[in-house]
Amino acid sequence: MRIARYECAHANNKFMNKKNKKLALTGGAAAAEALKQIEIDVMPIYPITPQTTIIETYAGFEANGEVETEMIKVESEHSAMSAAIGASSAGARTATATSSQGLALMHEVLYIASGFRLPIMMLVSARALASPINIHGDHSDVMGCRDSGWIQLFCENGQEVYDKTIIGMKLAEKVKLPIMVIMDGFNTSHSVENLEILETKVVQEFVGEFEAISPLLDTENPVTYGAVALQNSYFEFRIDQEEAMKSAEEEYEKIAKDFEKISGRKYDIFEEYRLEDAEKIMVLTGSAAGTAKVIVDKLRENGEKVGILKIGLFRPFPHKKIAESLKNAKEIIVLDRAQSIGTYPPFYSEITKSLYEAKEIKKIKSYVYGLGGRDIFQKQIEDVFAGKIEGGYIK
Amino acid sequence: MNKELAKYYSAGHSACAGCGFPAIVRAVLGELKTDVVIANATGCLEVTSTLYPYSAWKAPYIHNAFENAAATISGVEKAYESLKKKGKIRKKIKFIAFGGDGGTYDIGLQSLSGALERGHNFLYVCYDNGGYMNTGNQRSSATPYGAFTETTPTGKESFGKIETRKNLMEIVNAHRIQYLAQANVAYLADLKKKAKKALETDGPSFLLVFSPCTNNWKFPTSQYVNVGKLATETNFWPLYEIENGEHKLNFEPKKITPVTEFLKTQGRFKHLFKEENKPHLEEIQKLVNEEFARIANLCE
Repeated sequence: MRIARYECAHANNKFMNKKNKKLALTGGAAAAEALKQIEIDVMPIYPITPQTTIIETYAGFEANGEVETEMIKVESEHSAMSAAIGASSAGARTATATSSQGLALMHEVLYIASGFRLPIMMLVSARALASPINIHGDHSDVMGCRDSGWIQLFCENGQEVYDKTIIGMKLAEKVKLPIMVIMDGFNTSHSVENLEILETKVVQEFVGEFEAISPLLDTENPVTYGAVALQNSYFEFRIDQEEAMKSAEEEYEKIAKDFEKISGRKYDIFEEYRLEDAEKIMVLTGSAAGTAKVIVDKLRENGEKVGILKIGLFRPFPHKKIAESLKNAKEIIVLDRAQSIGTYPPFYSEITKSLYEAKEIKKIKSYVYGLGGRDIFQKQIEDVFAGKIEGGYIK
Repeated sequence: MNKELAKYYSAGHSACAGCGFPAIVRAVLGELKTDVVIANATGCLEVTSTLYPYSAWKAPYIHNAFENAAATISGVEKAYESLKKKGKIRKKIKFIAFGGDGGTYDIGLQSLSGALERGHNFLYVCYDNGGYMNTGNQRSSATPYGAFTETTPTGKESFGKIETRKNLMEIVNAHRIQYLAQANVAYLADLKKKAKKALETDGPSFLLVFSPCTNNWKFPTSQYVNVGKLATETNFWPLYEIENGEHKLNFEPKKITPVTEFLKTQGRFKHLFKEENKPHLEEIQKLVNEEFARIANLCE
């Protein structure tokens, strides 16, 4: 149903370029397609389900001579990120992809990538964390590194993955921070959708050439990466990183606006779906947002004032704008696809913080759904809107 | 200081007086015929050369983390290949990674193995001081049998480390790389010759270099060359190389010096000279003899 809506939007799109292709791709292949068009110089990879659709598609491009990328088929995710850090520091446009345990294994070096201010692109096919081991989708892995200094951008479907990989690459290189473009494991990474691919020339002009600052390969001007910074300087480095991250919100808006000009597709920091007079607003992200939109359409037909706020940019978190968007709501329902064991789930924490800072007191409910790939059905979302499932778990 | 010596690694770093690795670094970098990018694992060398806002490095240098110097240099090398292919870079650049034994034998072994297997064009230099010296002398898998460290202390029930050293040369050789060698900072001419060969290798090459640690082996700073010399003269640290699968012994002592001559120079082995530890001294001599015979046999 969501796909049908997209088709319709494209047909009416005045920007629709005849040279744009329509392709049936998985979310993973859509990401690979975007990376191919962007022209990645170096791509260290290590396989993990459900990220494999991304790297296998890209390896296919390599095998057929469609890309000039140096792929490095490393022996672990830790080495994938370590090699990405080396390549990006050297001056190469660098991308990788991972999921779950792989992202957790990278954890140590994620902070080094962001500390070095390297614009590394990482596609994450978000998946549950062990134990118990589970290969299916949820957001535990990406939530586990939400403080690692990476920009985090969530996608609802394959088209968004393609588009946000392009937007994200430009954003990362603009603010000099690494970025995770996040799709739901299996739900998005393995689902085939009909999506629109821009002309490669248009993508390349949009993203532009990568110009590294002080790359290692500029041997005439040697630099030291990874110095020791102690009590007298470490703090300042951290403050700089925070400032850079803050600037990503505004830069994202500018870049997304420019992207709309070339694609006709609009990606605000978060998506406001039928919020104009909404009294009950559901906050969520990822593929479940597509299902929730169907219910909102249905409830709207019955005259219910409901809407969706779909999180896109999660790091930096747009507290002020979200509070503004939610200010007329009478009830807010927050759906997280991850726990934060021992405290409130991540989205719920951020939303309550946003409202508190804006001095808005709202009725707000917190739900956790979809852990370990558990499906969420239209009926359940309808029941949540109707207050039939009290706060807690949507199982 | 001699300008040529300090070309890439300048004076003013804060390594201990009598430390082995500054001479190793300079000897290796001195054999370069091209520009270079250096990666370094966390450890003494890194900490003492990069205290912000200073850096001892006059060549491009990257310290990423402890276990990933080889993976990091893999990325740098592939970035070079990519940009060269695209015509964005023309000059020749060599890639070198330095790591201590902790960052190489232990935590970085997987990363090193991966990079060797993939065949990146780089030289990995392990300066081996037989322990985690940067964190204050804990045992690594390179710590010799019987040595005192803070995590293998001597006591009523302990004579120091009970395990023998991991044979890293054998492990690296199992990757069938073109050139690898065991060297010693006390034999600079030999080390330089090996660095030259390693740098001329097209593909991965490896140097394992003996690097005495004054602080934690407990010997006077003036003695590091002597301690190094004794390690090789007693066959505790034979000098040899493996070139295209051919083993070659680079030093054969004219007369065999007992290993105790090497051990007694250092506080970390002091306890072994107590009467009750005599069997351990004998065990060490036996281990040295066996390993030297094994290598000598391969070199014939």
